[in-house]
Amino acid sequence: MNTTVQELKEPVPTPAANTKMRSVNIVVPVTTRLPAKIWLAVPLVTAIAFVIHLWAAKNQPAVETNSYSVFLEIVFGISLLIAGVQLFCPPVRRWMQHMCPIMAAAILLLSLWEAITSGLRWLPMPYFPGPPGVLQSLITDRARLFDSTWHSLFLLLSGYALGVAVALVTGVCIGWFAPARYWGMPLLKVVGPIPATAWVPLAMVVSPSAMFSAVGLIALAVWFPVTMLTASGISNTKASYLDVARTLGASPAYLIFRVAIPAAMPNIFIGLFMGLGASFLTLVVAETVGVNSGLGWYVSWAQGWAEYGKVYAALVIMAAFFSTIMTVLFKVRDRVLVWQKGVIKW
Amino acid sequence: MTEGASLRIASVNKDFAKANDVEARTIALHDVSLSIAAGELVSLIGPSGCGKSTLLRLTAGLDTPNSGELWIGPEMITGPNAERGLVFQDPNLFPWLTVRRNIESGLVARGKLQEKRHEVDEFMRLVGLETFENAYPHHLSGGMAQRVALARALINHPKVLLLDEPLGALDAFTRMRMQDEVLRLWQARGTTMLLVTHDIDEAIYMSDRIVIMTPRPGRIERTIPITLERPRQRNSPEFLQLRGEILEMLHFAGEARSAEV
Ligand SMILES: Nc1ncnc2c1ncn2[C@@H]1O[C@H](COP(=O)(O)OP(=O)(O)OP(=O)(O)O)[C@@H](O)[C@H]1O
Ligand SMILES: [Mg+2]
Repeated sequence: MNTTVQELKEPVPTPAANTKMRSVNIVVPVTTRLPAKIWLAVPLVTAIAFVIHLWAAKNQPAVETNSYSVFLEIVFGISLLIAGVQLFCPPVRRWMQHMCPIMAAAILLLSLWEAITSGLRWLPMPYFPGPPGVLQSLITDRARLFDSTWHSLFLLLSGYALGVAVALVTGVCIGWFAPARYWGMPLLKVVGPIPATAWVPLAMVVSPSAMFSAVGLIALAVWFPVTMLTASGISNTKASYLDVARTLGASPAYLIFRVAIPAAMPNIFIGLFMGLGASFLTLVVAETVGVNSGLGWYVSWAQGWAEYGKVYAALVIMAAFFSTIMTVLFKVRDRVLVWQKGVIKW
Repeated sequence: MTEGASLRIASVNKDFAKANDVEARTIALHDVSLSIAAGELVSLIGPSGCGKSTLLRLTAGLDTPNSGELWIGPEMITGPNAERGLVFQDPNLFPWLTVRRNIESGLVARGKLQEKRHEVDEFMRLVGLETFENAYPHHLSGGMAQRVALARALINHPKVLLLDEPLGALDAFTRMRMQDEVLRLWQARGTTMLLVTHDIDEAIYMSDRIVIMTPRPGRIERTIPITLERPRQRNSPEFLQLRGEILEMLHFAGEARSAEV
């Protein structure tokens, strides 16, 4: 029986292969020449988008649609340029093979959006501007958008950092010390599930400034999932790791910081991701109701002026902003949890 | 050179609450007494559930007996300590540390890493894993992981090494090689060793004495000294004869008990 277990084990990789660990990935065979349908996809689709744009924009003022034409032309130019570079540079070829289909699809979606809105006018006009209008808003109002993004980033990071710092302390205490669990767990279970946004009225009353209350609310939103997952990760540390450490002469500090916390790391990261999602939501709500800056505020402000192009411009920025932060957290996770097998890719 | 210390287990009793009934107790160890000299290698064998692991955990200080005492040399055992190393059947390497850091962890835990860093390389060579120092445990085969676990336990130079079926999960070839490695270390260091095994050949090949335990309640049935000369031949007539005798005893012990099951 033992021997079959041995045989079923994956072969031991060489040390060289160990130094760089990769997670499961779709293996794309890399050919020496890219098929035309791959490298032509983006230029072709861009050309189609251009035609649709000319047709859809024929009854709109040129100032509003010109930047989108320029944008498409630039995409067209770059895609041809990269198709040329790819002939001499294999990494670029690999990247293209992976990215071309999805980028072509994205551009097609843009044209579909334009066709439905400014072209066919299927959707009520002022509320649903086409891509040219949104791009134009992005360009004309860039200073204010930049400023708002900056404010949002500041709020988000301060709230998130505060929430995580407090949550790690409370989570480790609740997970490790029995008295802390006895008194802390009920509090966590009762207070934690209240959405942070429900505290908005109270926060406005007790806090000296809207800024403070926003940071506090975001921290609260992050605190609950991170505490919960940290506590459960710590209290579920495999007893035999702790036993081994004790027989190696470990002090209580070693058991907490070098055994329980590393063992809980995968759980802690789940909490960090949940907390990040909650913090985005809370950020936008807090900015909308109290703080007079930031992307959340910008959306409601632009809506007040019925400038829907700007609303969508802010949404585009938000999407890029939030997914960048998410990606950064995934990168940190991959770095910290290299020791884990087959982590999920973002 | 003898790093080992004598171990004395005096009338130890240990029971546990049964999982399905709070009132009832499982008697894991009943009046167990055993003395092991410094530098001796003793094997514990016996059917599953006879309290071998419980006895090892008590010796390691991870559990406390209901009554009775355990002594290391002149000191009574009150809790876990780096002078008593324990290797489990499952290597239990810390998966978040590389091979090197796993082996170092005993030094880190005692704040001795600066002082004794050179020994880490020594142990890595000893167990033949220099080329894997930066690999993470999930990249290792079962035999390699067990060797790392052994090195990790040895780096603190324990006076007593407790081995709970450390080679149980290995295939026959790796197991025999590891037995020789453990013997080599034992002879070089003079560490006192208490080895739990299910493999009678292993017990005869390795130990100075074999202690046979029986379950319900867990207690020591008898002790058999092994006086064969070292290095031992696994297929010598004396070896095979001893093996036959022990098998007979165990069979006998097994039959007498099986009626109770
Ligand atoms: N933590 C525990 N809680 C309750 N019962 C336990 C506990 N540990 C051991 N026991 C019981 O004590 C008895 C002895 O267990 P032990 O693990 O020492 O046996 P063992 O001889 O090591 O068996 P094996 O050869 O299967 O490893 C068993 O009946 C077991 O159910
Ligand atoms: Mg056992």
